[in-house]
Formats: sequence, structure tokens, C-alpha cells
Amino acid sequence: MIAAAPPVLDQGCASAPVLRERGQREVFCGLTGIVWLHRKMPDAFFLVVGSRTCAHLLQSAAGVMIFAEPRFATAIIEERDLAGLADANEELDRVVRRLLARRPEIRTLFLVGSCPSEVIKLDLARAAQRLAGAFLPDVRIVNYSGSGIETTFTQGEDACLASLVPFMPEAAAGAEPELLIVGALPDIVEDQLLRLVRDLGIARVACLPARESRALPSVGPNTRFLLAQPFLGDTAQALEDRGAVHLSAPFPFGAEGTTDWLHAAARAFGIDEMHFRSVVAPGRERAKRALEHSRAQLEGKRIFFLPDSQLELPLARFLHRELGMVPVEVGTPYLHRAHMAPELAQLPEATVISEGQDVDRQLDRVRASRPDITVCGLGLANPLEAEGFTTKWAIELVFSPIHGFDQAGDLAELFARPIRRRDVLRV
Amino acid sequence: MQLSVWTYEGPPHIGAMRVATGMRDVHYLLHAPQGDTYADLLFTMIERRGKRPPVTYTTFQARDLGKDTAELFQSAARDAVARFQPAAMLVGASCTAELIQDDPAGMAQAMRLDIPVIPLELPSYSRKENWGASETFYQIVRALAVGDSSRPAPCQAGSPRPKANLLGPSALGFRHRDDIVEIAKILTALGVEINVTAPLGASAADIARIGEADFNIVLYPEIADTAARWLERQFRQPFTKTIPIGHGATIDFIHEVARLAGVDPAPALDMAEARMPWWSRSVDSTYLTGKRVFIFGDATHAIAAARVARDELGFVVCGLGCYNREFARDLRAAAAEHGVEPLITDDHLEVEEAIAAAHPELVLGTQMERHIAKRLSIPCAVISAPVHVQDFPARHSPQMGFEGANVLFDSWVHPLVMGLEEHLLTMFRDDFEFHDGAGASHLHASAPKAVPLPDQGGARGGCEPQGEPATAAAANPPPTPPLAGRGAMEGELLERTLWTAEAEAELKKIPFFVRGKARRNTERFAEERGLTTISLETLYDAKAHYAR
Repeated sequence: MIAAAPPVLDQGCASAPVLRERGQREVFCGLTGIVWLHRKMPDAFFLVVGSRTCAHLLQSAAGVMIFAEPRFATAIIEERDLAGLADANEELDRVVRRLLARRPEIRTLFLVGSCPSEVIKLDLARAAQRLAGAFLPDVRIVNYSGSGIETTFTQGEDACLASLVPFMPEAAAGAEPELLIVGALPDIVEDQLLRLVRDLGIARVACLPARESRALPSVGPNTRFLLAQPFLGDTAQALEDRGAVHLSAPFPFGAEGTTDWLHAAARAFGIDEMHFRSVVAPGRERAKRALEHSRAQLEGKRIFFLPDSQLELPLARFLHRELGMVPVEVGTPYLHRAHMAPELAQLPEATVISEGQDVDRQLDRVRASRPDITVCGLGLANPLEAEGFTTKWAIELVFSPIHGFDQAGDLAELFARPIRRRDVLRV
Repeated sequence: MQLSVWTYEGPPHIGAMRVATGMRDVHYLLHAPQGDTYADLLFTMIERRGKRPPVTYTTFQARDLGKDTAELFQSAARDAVARFQPAAMLVGASCTAELIQDDPAGMAQAMRLDIPVIPLELPSYSRKENWGASETFYQIVRALAVGDSSRPAPCQAGSPRPKANLLGPSALGFRHRDDIVEIAKILTALGVEINVTAPLGASAADIARIGEADFNIVLYPEIADTAARWLERQFRQPFTKTIPIGHGATIDFIHEVARLAGVDPAPALDMAEARMPWWSRSVDSTYLTGKRVFIFGDATHAIAAARVARDELGFVVCGLGCYNREFARDLRAAAAEHGVEPLITDDHLEVEEAIAAAHPELVLGTQMERHIAKRLSIPCAVISAPVHVQDFPARHSPQMGFEGANVLFDSWVHPLVMGLEEHLLTMFRDDFEFHDGAGASHLHASAPKAVPLPDQGGARGGCEPQGEPATAAAANPPPTPPLAGRGAMEGELLERTLWTAEAEAELKKIPFFVRGKARRNTERFAEERGLTTISLETLYDAKAHYAR
């Protein structure tokens, strides 16, 4: 167990070598981020400029949501658009005009780059500027790329939020320090965390993304920010470039993770230690009680993470530290050393940390190590089940409320359920 | 550029994947960027396959573009051949790779692999999924089929039984798995041997023997038509034109196959499971007569469904369309036969408009029409891809053959209120269990809340009531037509003829599932006659005018 006070002697995986692999990757591209971002910013519209493949991907990923109230669409590039660039820009303007005329309630329009638009070098940044002239102040037009050649799955959110940072107003010089929570969270989770932060005594707190896409918080040297999600490298860099200070912390998963995350804010804002403990105690105890429901199923079980969302390291740390699971290999599509340092330090030394993927080789390692549960994408889950492996599909971890004290039990249950199901089925 | 939220078909390389995944020892090397592997989950999730599709994606990223992507491609090819040891390899490009102008065919041929390499040219910016499947299957057949086109066909050479190939079934095909079973049953009864079924379940060696059959059975022209035409030229194999969907079409199909095989059709015509004709003639089905049905899907399924709807269920086809232009001519001919305007479009907003304008009582379509129908509160059944996971069922549920006809009857009639219940709802409309808000008992899940809804009239062009199912999405704002629908649903609110209180009260006595239509008909009737108010008289004059 860990010593009660720093310095931490056990360095865990902090300086462990990382297995870096190149080869075939079985991952989503960044366009997929639109599926949850459009729920978070109801007054924003996401227009992908891409091919029929991009439209097909969004449709496959968004499933039924596509019909509820579509706030995303694809401007599908056709043969005639490839004939000449000027033409493609005119076409894009026509599509945007038509869209905005029909959807007057849109406040922010994201022009989202894709592989095809990047390869033909369609300058969407310039298109956004050109169109902004025509539609401001009613509609803000922003550009980012969610292409597969540049982004993996959740990096689409990173690119989206980073594109908003330049639009954040400048905080007044000498203003009171303000806390910024960065990363799209389900509203209920965001509200829980905001309540806790305010109970600590941090009155000035804001979120990025805001629920209204135009109500962006201000930023400046007095801004202290906490990352709620582990995949926000570019957004953090953009905030730091505007003077904001990143508060290093583990990510808020589980009783310990959420405590440590809040603690980072409390320390930065000079909150009294005793007060901090009294504020977090009830939630922390609730979380611990909730985790007990899954412990019997998970303790001692070996878990293998295939790369997907960059949530893998924090989740492995949570499952290891709070439920006694044994991480065999933890794969991540991208490893941000600085942001992940607090996580790596808490993983057992024997864990293989891998970055990138050669999917067939990695599957060979899954077969060789025979984990109790494998976390992977939907393209691999059923084939692995058919080979006799128990799997947990990874995408659900991005779409479900899993952060904070009051979701800790639900998060553990996501991993316990496939194991329980394996044990109850008699077919 | 085409603004699109929903697409009926994926890009053409998805069609190529459907062919490769259907086959046994063929591997597809796809030059594609990171992320295109999303397509794997169509097969592993929607079709619930327990194996990864046999596709290797080169997965290039931005950092590879400046360098030699050819190296990436060739090492992916080497690894795939070493690991999977396929009997043949398809090579092609996805939409992005098409733009970077690597030459997958040339690169693969330069490697001198010791298996056949079949290059695919699939233009992503002008063609779509079905075309991709069709082209891929044709290229595979062209590359692998061997034989002497001048040799006599097997049955002329004294083979004991005539042989046929079944062409067209593929992975991710709507009910393909079970259709094959039904067709095999018919062929067994006729004494016709199945030579090769392809692409589904076929190996490269099977394709090589494809020329040994006497004739071909084309089950899905969208996928098999091009290959069948080539086989006709190459091996003098005639192919069937009838699609055996529905009772009558199955009988026609049996006659056609018997003629091509030179056998007696009788043993296949009289199958015990052909229950659909009696179900349709029995008195409970009387209420189906003249129900207006709107049909949309791929051309093959839509045309077949129209015949079943009119001739075998007694419906009236009030709309007919398809999303695949390749078969537009066939669809136009069928629409002319049913006396409706053909709808050939891949824009779901146009389909939504057409459905709203036609006011059907039943929609037969794809997953998309299911959602449109739900929004308009119209009963709906699925007859064609694209479909969701529930339309790859565990139970046997073909569309083809006599059992297929049974399945069609059950699945199309189920969403309609049962005849007897319709009658009861009319008789006891003031009864506490049959009030307007109660909905139909078989639609319990989507029954509106017990609170009577405000009468919104025909404002949305659908039937009433407009209760939304209580789903997890209930917290979201109510659905609006996509992209501020060009749907006709909005404009009708603008000018409403004035109803007298008495007429309005009388209208409320009409059962909810026909009230919307009664309101519209009455208003149309009043408008045509320049009436500014609608009285009790007007309501009943209109009823007489529109009486069936």
C-alpha cells in the first residue's frame, strides 16, 4: 500500500519503457467526437466536409440519434468538387447558406475537416473566416479537423475545444483566480463536480465546453484549469499559451481519483485541508460503498486494454487501486507523458504500457496472456468473445457518465457485468 | 457537394467488404486512412459475426503522406498474406486513398505474390455501396472462373442432374442467410443441384467452378446482375429474372427455374408451408382491403413488395420508390404499372416529403422510413436494407419462397391495428379502456400517456395521437424534421379552415387512427368548394365524397 504522506516511494510505471507500435490500427477517427459534442452544445451544428465514408461513419456511430434532432451533417464531396478548388469553396458556401437559412437557431457552426478535405487541401480555416464575415454576429463559424489521418477518436474533442480557445474572452488583468474544468462531461456529472468545487469554497468556476456554445468562459494568467478528460493535450497547450495554469492531477474516476482531482484544485486555491476533507468525505464514502458491490467480481481479475480513447491508463489505475484488478497490458492510442504522470505512478510495475497499435500482433498478445477481461472496440469484441474471451466494449466508457464520486459504482459495474454474465449464462 | 445527414448506402468499398466478408478464403487489402476500420463493426455488431471481416487496412496517417505510402502498402500486403494465407487477394483504395493517387493494383502486382491478386477500381465520389459490391463480385468471377466456353453444358454432357449457381447473397445482406435456405428447398424439390452459392459462403475454388453450372439464379440483381451477364456471355449460362419474393412471384420463379432446368415444376409448387394465401383470404384480413401503402427501399425489394401488397394483401400502392439509381428503369416501369409517380432519390428528406404528402396507412421501407413513419405516427415494416441489428434476427425469417411469403404477411400486418380491435375501438370509443389516448394494445411500448392529448389536428400531417414513446431521449427536445424539414408538415398550420364547435366535437368521436385523415379530407373538400367554415353537414358531405 501507499505511504500516508509523500514522497511516494513506489514509482509504479512512471519510468517504465513504453512499447511503441506502428501498423494496422483498429480505431475510430476524430469525427466520432461529434456524436457526444453535439449533445453537449445544443446550439452548435457540426458540418463535416468529407466523403460518403464520413457520412456513413457518423451514421454508424450515432445509430438512432441521427433522427432525434440532427445537429450534424456531412457535405459530401462529389466528383465535380474534385475538378477544381474554387468550385469546392463555392459549393461549401452554398451548402452553409442553405443550412443556416433553414436552422436559424444555430449559434456556432463547426466546419469539420476530414481525410478527403485535408488531402485535397480544402482550406476550411479560410472558408470559416470567409463565411464568418457573412454570418457574424448571429453565427460564429469555427474550423477544426477530425480526420483519421490526424486524430484518433476522442482527439476529435481535443481539436474541437482547442479551436474554441482563441474565441475565449481575455480575463481582466488582476482578476480573482478562476477555476476552469476542461472536457465535455454529461450535465449531471458536471453539476455534481461544480457543487463539490463550490462547497470547497471556490466560487469562480467555469466549464469548457460551456452548455451554450457562445457563452465561452474567459481565460488569462489568473486561470487555473483541471482536465476532466485525459485526451485534451492540444486544448491544454492552447490554454497555457493564453497564460492559464494546468493543475496536474489524476483523472476523476473512482473515490480516490475524484478525491485527488479535487485536492489539486483545493491546494491551488488555498483551501483549508480540514475543510477539504469534510467536503469530500460524504461523496468519497458513498463511492467506496458503491464499489463494494463489484469487488467480488473484479478483485484479482486480469485486464487487458486495447487502445481506443486515452481513457485506458486512468481506468486501469482506478480498477487496480480501488478494485484490486491486475492490468496486463494497457494500450493507448497516444500517451501524453506529462498529463499521465500521476496515473503512471500508480500502476503496478509489471504492467505493459503500449502506445499505438499493430492490431494483429496485439491480438496475439491477448491470446497469449489470456486476460479475464479485454477492453476493446466493437470491431473486435464479438470476434474475441467467439474465441472464448470476455470483453467490455470500450466506446461505452466514452458515452456513459463515469466520472466523479456518484458514478464510481456505475463505472465498476460496467466492467463487472460482462464477467457476471459470463458466469450466469448456461447456453 | 451534397448535404446529407443519412445515407442509404455506404461508399463502394463497403460493398467490396460485403463480398469479401461473405466469402471464405479471400482477403481484402484496403488502402485507407486510420479510422476507416469503423466498417468492421457493421459486420461484427449488426450482423453479429464472430469473426473479424477479412480486411487489412493500411491505416496511413498524416505523417505517412509525405513519405512513401507504397512501402506501407506493400508491408501490409506481405503481413496479410503471411498471417491469413488467403487463396486470393482483393486490393483497392478507399475514398481518401483514391485522392493520394497511389496505385494499389500496380503496387500489388509488382510484389509478384503467388496468389491471384484482383485489383478493384471503385470510384468513391460517384458510386456507392451496391455498385461496389456488384463490381467486386464481377471482378472476382472474371478473375477466378475457369472453363472452356465452347464445351457443352453439364446436362447436355449427360450429367444426371441439372446444376445452378445461386448468385448475389453477401455479408450484411437483408435476410440473405435465410433466403438461401428457402431457395435450396425449392431446388431440391425440383431435382436441381446447387453448383455454387456466391459470394456468401464461397471459396476462391468455388468461384473457379462457377462455369460448370447449366444456368444461374440471380437472387439480388443489385449485387449479381453484372456477374450474371458476363457468365451468360462467357459460359452461355442463362439466368433467372424473377425475384421469388411473395407467393405469386415464388410460383413464377419455380416455373422459370423448371423451364431453364428442363424439369417438371409440379413437385415444388405444392408446398405445405404456403399458408399466406389462406391467411390473406380469411375474414380477419378483410379490413386490409384498400389500405394505402407507401413503399421505398432498394429497387428489387421495393418492386417485389409492391406486387405482394397489391395482389396478395389487397392494399393500394400509393407510393413506390428506390434509392439505387442503377435500377431506376425497373422501378419506373413498376411505378407505371401501379399508377404512381416513381420516386428515385437517395435524399431521405425527399422521401419524408413524399410520405407526408401521400398520407399512407402503412409504410414499407428501410430503417430510415421506420424513423420517418414513427415521426408521422404511421405503422411501418422493414422490407429492405439499410437495417439495424433487429433485422438480423436469430429466428428463421426469409423474404423469399413460400415461407418468405408467410413472414411478409406476419411482419406487414403486425403494425396495423388488428381488424377486430379496429372494430372494437370504433364501437366502444367512449369506453375507459378504448379512449383515444389508450392507443392500440399491441403497440403498448409506444402507447401515449393516459392523459388525453391536445388535439393538434392534422397539423403534422400524420395520424393522431402524437404521443412520443417514453424513451431515454425523453429529456431531449421533441424531434424536429431534419434540417428544418422541407416536409409538408409545417405549412399546413398556416391557414386552417374554421370548424364549427359542433363539427369539431363530431370529429373527436371518430377513432384517433383515422381522425387525422378525416380532418384533412374534410378540409380539402371545403377548400375545393370555397367554404370558409366546416359544419356538421360539410363533415358528412366530405365523408360521402371520399367514401371508398
